[in-house]
Amino acid sequence: MSLLEVKGLKAAYGLVPALHQVDFNVQPGEVVGILGHNGMGKTTLLRAIMGFVKVTGGEITFEGDNLKGLAVNARARKGLGLVPQGRMIFPTLSVRENLESGIATSREPSEPIVEEILELFPRLTRLLDRAGGALSGGEQQLLALARCLCRRPKLMLLDEPTEGIQPSIIDEISDTLKTLTAKQDITIVLVEQNLDFITGLSDRVYAISNGVLDRQIPREQLTDSKAVSEFMGFAA
Amino acid sequence: MDYVLIIVIEMLRAISWLVLLASGLAIIFGMMRVINFAHGEFLMLGGYITIMSHNAGVNLWIAMLVLAPLCVGIFGILVERFIIRFLYGRILDSLLATWGLSLLMVGGVTLVFGNTVQGVSTPLGGVSIGAYQVPFYNFVLIGFAAVLMLAIWSVLKFTKAGLIARATMQNPDMAETLGIRTSWVYMATFGIGSAVTGLAGGLLAPLTGVVPSMGVNFVGQSFITVITGGASMIAGTLSASTLLGTISQGMTFLTGPVYGDAALLLTALVLLRVLPQGITGRIFKKSL
Repeated sequence: MSLLEVKGLKAAYGLVPALHQVDFNVQPGEVVGILGHNGMGKTTLLRAIMGFVKVTGGEITFEGDNLKGLAVNARARKGLGLVPQGRMIFPTLSVRENLESGIATSREPSEPIVEEILELFPRLTRLLDRAGGALSGGEQQLLALARCLCRRPKLMLLDEPTEGIQPSIIDEISDTLKTLTAKQDITIVLVEQNLDFITGLSDRVYAISNGVLDRQIPREQLTDSKAVSEFMGFAA
Repeated sequence: MDYVLIIVIEMLRAISWLVLLASGLAIIFGMMRVINFAHGEFLMLGGYITIMSHNAGVNLWIAMLVLAPLCVGIFGILVERFIIRFLYGRILDSLLATWGLSLLMVGGVTLVFGNTVQGVSTPLGGVSIGAYQVPFYNFVLIGFAAVLMLAIWSVLKFTKAGLIARATMQNPDMAETLGIRTSWVYMATFGIGSAVTGLAGGLLAPLTGVVPSMGVNFVGQSFITVITGGASMIAGTLSASTLLGTISQGMTFLTGPVYGDAALLLTALVLLRVLPQGITGRIFKKSL
């Protein structure tokens, strides 16, 4: 059974349609990439799965359960996690408090979980008492990832994690995600414009254009970012 | 020397008065950005519950410290569920709705209890300081204001509930993606803010007595304190109460109560001209 199945999904902002008939599925342990230019519907797709955008047609099932009518917080408690575009760090909470906010609704003690997650993000260890808003963009991205992972989501939705981030931290994020997926601990849907990043991590990559998920890029082409670039019609 | 001590005690009492008046409003406005124009009537309700239950035979301290916050807290939850939750993000609409509620509450209480002042005698008697006599209840007010601030700070800083509330206040959408039921957080916050207001009404009732229209006298001071304090709930309430209470009471001692109130308003006006975001918009920015 697929972990996530999206069938005939349509979504709109008011009267303006943003997604048309999107179909795809995600198997447990997979990393599925979604590649597309700005404004093509990548973020809308993730926000529709998470419950922020009104779905006007089709269905989303997670572990076989239809998510229709479920609030965002209920989807999160089912095991969906979102690392949003722009990070959305709580600016006046410290790094430790940001991490603890990820497990604030759990009855488990937060300390061991936070310590476990920090092993994956050693850079954050020395920043624990600093306010989230005082971190650099790259550090905030690491924190957003770590905060999401504190919830131990079954499926993590990553929205352009490399946007505006310095290359060294992009490598760090990539290495961390590879470590995680190598352990088969987590399933990821990743939307990106960074070809090297998405092809380096994904098992499958879809192309999205004008709200339509219309092409799956052949697996043999994934290791060749130039070929992917040509396939997508990106400028060389 | 005794006179100086009396002035210090009176200043502390004035600061505590403002802290108690403003805390509930600061919780609701600071965390939810809802302007509760019925705040004065919530105080009035706490006062009435205290005096009516005491007149019915309930111990005054239980009436003030348990019944008043409990009943007003439950009333606040009902108000949030039936009125406020439909108006989040619509500041003007929520202001109008709570204004309407305040008029309804004044009318309702007048209908039931009449438009006469009712009261209880101030408990605990007085303390002699040299040639002067100070009500011991003043020290109780000062103590409760300090404990209230400390309790709110501790809950926000050291508990999971406080962390959830702060996260929700900063970014409700993100809090939702972390599994937090933000609508419950808002309901609880409004209920707690109302309970704190009810407690304040209960504590102030022996000093002021109660009358249906009493809220009007307090709502101005409460709003001035909260707005002057700025975004940080505790640091803002404390700093504004300290500044306004000290100046107002100092002026009262020098000239008289009318000039004391005028000094409070003038200080608030000057502060908001110089610091439009309130005191904590410039200093104590990162405080709770």
